[in-house]
Amino acid sequence: MRALYFASVRERVGITEEEIDPPKSVANVAQLIDWLASRGEGYAEAFANRTAIRAAIDKNHARRDAPIASAREIAFFPPMTGG
Amino acid sequence: MIAPNVRVTNEPFDAYREEALLIEGCRDIGAVVTFTGLCRDEAGTLVALELEHFPGMAEQEIAAVAGEALARWPLLGLTVIHRYGLIGPGEKIVLVVAAARHRGEAFQASEFLMDFLKTRAPFWKKEHRSDGAAGGWVEAKASDDAAASRWGKDTS
Repeated sequence: MRALYFASVRERVGITEEEIDPPKSVANVAQLIDWLASRGEGYAEAFANRTAIRAAIDKNHARRDAPIASAREIAFFPPMTGG
Repeated sequence: MIAPNVRVTNEPFDAYREEALLIEGCRDIGAVVTFTGLCRDEAGTLVALELEHFPGMAEQEIAAVAGEALARWPLLGLTVIHRYGLIGPGEKIVLVVAAARHRGEAFQASEFLMDFLKTRAPFWKKEHRSDGAAGGWVEAKASDDAAASRWGKDTS
């Protein structure tokens, strides 16, 4: 699946998007965040404050327990500050 | 139900023209509320805001909030424009134009739109400081969540 990063998450991870292939045991958004955070320093920093991370599956806001099995694209970003 | 006019753009927009277009030729509109959000200079410390957005999802989320506003209030016209990119102090960032038969509906719908745009639409503001120091990302405010939650049903 495709992982997309925005704003402060993008800056800390260091890339805008990438193809990821998490193990089968990673079933929902919360587990995917844990898995991503373990991939290196930038990732650990980007996902350090779990409560400040929002996720969207295929461009729809997703809760932590949302399953990721059928997701084509998952985006991660901080709380929104538009308007 | 009318179809909302939603645009996400990096171009400046003309709020007066958008309002005129929305009410042009209409004889049943009794109230139009035009809300414009602008970039502040924060007492001279800010030279620009850089707005990042999630293309596709930004349009989709604004359209969803607009759809909810149309389901709640019998609007006769609705335009929502949100800019992205580099925006200087005094420049417009966001526009909501809501037209209805009566003012109550137009006021409430435009406020509802702004409250949910702030908490649902994927935009992020980064500050560019006038002293040249590295600007930070604007923090989301708890007061914005509170403003959205007062409308009842959590739509996120």
